Amino acid sequence: MATQAHGMGHAVKRKEDARFIRGKGTYIDDIKLPGMLYLDIVRSPYAHARIKAIHSEKAVAIPGVLAVITGKDLDKYGLAWMPTLMSDRQMVLPIDTVLYQSQEVAAVLATERYIAADGVAAVEVEYEPLPVVVDPRKALEPGAPILRQDREHKSNHIWHWEVGDKAAADTAFREAAVKVKQDIYIPRIHVSSIETCGCIARWEPVEGKLTLWMTTQAPHAIRTVVALVAGHLGLAEHKIRVIAPDIGGGFGGKVPVYPGYVLAVAASVLTGKPVKWIEDRMENMQADSFARDYHITAELAAQKDGTLTALRVKTIADHGAFDAAANPSKFPAGLFSICTGSYDFKSAFAEVDGVYTNKPPGGIAYRCSFRVTEASYMIERMADIVAHELGMDPAEFRLKNFIPPEAFPYQSPLGWTYDSGNYQAALRKAMEKIGYADLRREQAEKRKRGELMGIGISSFTEIVGAGPSHTFDILGLKMFDSAEIRIHPTGKVVARFGTKSQGQGHETTYAQIIAHELGIPEDDIVVEEGDTDTAPYGLGTYASRSTPVAGAAGAMAARKIRDKARKIAAHLLEAHEDDLAWERGKFYVKGSPDRAKTIQEIAFAAYTNHPQGLEAGLEAVSYYDPPNLTFPFGSYICVVDIDNGTGEVKIRRFVAVDDCGNIINPMIVEGQIHGGLTMGLAPALYEEITYDEDGNIRGGSFMDYLLPTAVETPRWETDKTTTPSPHHPLGAKGVGESATVGAPAAIANAVIDALWHLGVRHLDIPITPWKVWKVLRERGVTE
Amino acid sequence: MSEVASRISVAVNGTAHHAEVEPRLLLVHFLREVLSLTGTHIGCDTTNCGACTVLMDGRPVKSCTIFAVQADGREVMTVEGLARDGQLHPIQEGFHEQHGLQCGFCTPGMMMTGYALLQRTPNPSEAEIRWAISGNLCRCTGYVNIVEAIKHAAEKMRSAPAPAGGRS
Repeated sequence: MATQAHGMGHAVKRKEDARFIRGKGTYIDDIKLPGMLYLDIVRSPYAHARIKAIHSEKAVAIPGVLAVITGKDLDKYGLAWMPTLMSDRQMVLPIDTVLYQSQEVAAVLATERYIAADGVAAVEVEYEPLPVVVDPRKALEPGAPILRQDREHKSNHIWHWEVGDKAAADTAFREAAVKVKQDIYIPRIHVSSIETCGCIARWEPVEGKLTLWMTTQAPHAIRTVVALVAGHLGLAEHKIRVIAPDIGGGFGGKVPVYPGYVLAVAASVLTGKPVKWIEDRMENMQADSFARDYHITAELAAQKDGTLTALRVKTIADHGAFDAAANPSKFPAGLFSICTGSYDFKSAFAEVDGVYTNKPPGGIAYRCSFRVTEASYMIERMADIVAHELGMDPAEFRLKNFIPPEAFPYQSPLGWTYDSGNYQAALRKAMEKIGYADLRREQAEKRKRGELMGIGISSFTEIVGAGPSHTFDILGLKMFDSAEIRIHPTGKVVARFGTKSQGQGHETTYAQIIAHELGIPEDDIVVEEGDTDTAPYGLGTYASRSTPVAGAAGAMAARKIRDKARKIAAHLLEAHEDDLAWERGKFYVKGSPDRAKTIQEIAFAAYTNHPQGLEAGLEAVSYYDPPNLTFPFGSYICVVDIDNGTGEVKIRRFVAVDDCGNIINPMIVEGQIHGGLTMGLAPALYEEITYDEDGNIRGGSFMDYLLPTAVETPRWETDKTTTPSPHHPLGAKGVGESATVGAPAAIANAVIDALWHLGVRHLDIPITPWKVWKVLRERGVTE
Repeated sequence: MSEVASRISVAVNGTAHHAEVEPRLLLVHFLREVLSLTGTHIGCDTTNCGACTVLMDGRPVKSCTIFAVQADGREVMTVEGLARDGQLHPIQEGFHEQHGLQCGFCTPGMMMTGYALLQRTPNPSEAEIRWAISGNLCRCTGYVNIVEAIKHAAEKMRSAPAPAGGRS
């Protein structure tokens, strides 16, 4: 059967499924090299302690254990510390002090996986416990233990960041008729992709070449970082090859460099053998980058009629022991300044202070673009609080305050230029789909009977697709992305991208973009990513940047190919280029549609009969620097019923109307939204990592950290509006994270909506049955 | 390898395997490392995630919580045993057709659980499907399409039972 080119807007079934449904994917732990050694890690039981001694004798006495590596060993090679993306540094292994529980203390190298674990159990470490601080507010108090003795600046305060016009905001608050203030804590959570992190490092001493198979969302950036960090040891970038194999979920957790990766590289260089490191789930949850942990105080000012005028936000950001957030370099608080959301504020001011505590480092996304969920959740909670205080319907309040469609491109008071939007349309569609008016009537009746039912809205605006190179870089690397398309003589295609799919379906969607632009069937296009020896340089996949940046690069590279194909077609058809017209898949002479050359015929000619004066071949590469970010948006409405005996929150319905601009593959987009909604549900009702006063982690395994199962997860209802991005070559915006950003506030708002009449104004997420039961009991609703 | 080794015979996907294993070797490592059947994955240490689900004598088990020696004399079926003679099993077809997978890491375990459900409940309700897979975590899909995938397989299997499809 002849295959055809589908292109944009088609629910093309995924190409990558073929191997995954047969169990033939190649994830990191599936790779086994001859002579490979295994590395395992000794971790600290204390959150803050001095290391008095590390005794490795019993470990190395175990047959098969080859070495125990400590911080002092690494220090000899200048490798005990590594730089973070945020101009801080992080211990690979401590020389004398540990700063959080489960921190890496020593590495054991062995011939087999189980023997490495035996070795870890046999290493004895003597610690002297030191005072612990886990609350960032306490860490800022005078007399708090100073955690980072390695820093010149003897304080737990890392940085202060602010944006907006403080004087204008203060004036607006002085003049405001209505003012609302609320403390909001957005707890520490963990991405918990079902595959943990790991790598295999293979150092080939004769060639001086390092190959690093690694669970990374950004292979090229990793290659450059390795070259910069280990250049003094003879690792040069042309002899470093990073390969990201199939990745079992990323969500931001596979952006950073963890000590285990560095240790595997060091161990391979030390032994000249391949070294594998695979972390287990508890290591993954207890030591790898966390997300969120923002202590926010937010204030809104409004007129009596409910018109919003000003926003002030003050946040303390808990960064753990090292500032290892994964943000663009100029943005220590990420894109938190999207916090004016979907509303037309006259003035706004936001400030964030980063703080060290005795907790693991991080500050990564949790399926969201750089602190956007924190911003969106805050503003959507606050909008609901103001609406309720004024006795206004939260939908009516939003419709009144939305940035109007004619105001785009919209300049926000905190400095962003929103590309396009129609917030009213999305909310109205969601209201219609869920039957908003009927639900409000039902709620009123139920309330009379003492039944607890709530309706929550979240009308979020995202900011994704980082980003324009004038503003966005990571360690100086501009945040462009890339595509290279090679059309072979027979018209078949290999296309390589600077990004790396972790489940998003790039092998399919990128092929659709090329099919759309060139008329070549998706079946004839192979998409490759993740191998730095073959793919063009790119910054990777996170922050919903694949479609906005690399997808655009794919379209631009395809258009370069089409330009050359036109010249070849003119030569073949003996016509002038200007007399040719393009119809998907072929050029024809205007007015004579029979005189045509297909892209496949043109490809063959490019290698067999190219015109004089034109180079042979049909290939192109594009490094796409987006002119702006993209601003996907949506309106979500959630209906909850609360058991007034147990406090259990049951999601009855959840309608999500998303607008991500033009859609490449509606099936994949819907799948991304389903997954994103579930990762929005998770922190709203279930997930949180807490610490006791001694810094012991609570919630460090899947026994205690509750990922939603199929039973808790509702049957999501999705719909869409389409407002294309005016600056993206395909009008697309990106969608992988929208739902994670938008969903938590819809759920929390629904719960508070159900309880507002009882005098409940706010509950911090996760809204557990215990928290709800407690307020119900305090208010005499339950025993 | 420790000094104590046990001889085991396990039929995996219909093929008999004889091996000497450490008593502490987990079934999942036996499958992945000894037999090189890497389709069965490991996602947690606490028997919660279900990525390692295989069938033992037809029942879904979490192979990270079973020692290889416990599989001695038994029949094990893994994701690699679903397709027969190049023909996908309906459960595999369902996951592809209904976009029931994204990163693919939980997929083998999810399919094995779905397969086992359909063996005993050919026409499951949505609630039955959701409870059946509640021991298998997925972080990508939000489960909606996994439920659809299992329904798709159920329908297909009822209308045309798979020929030799997946024996355990």
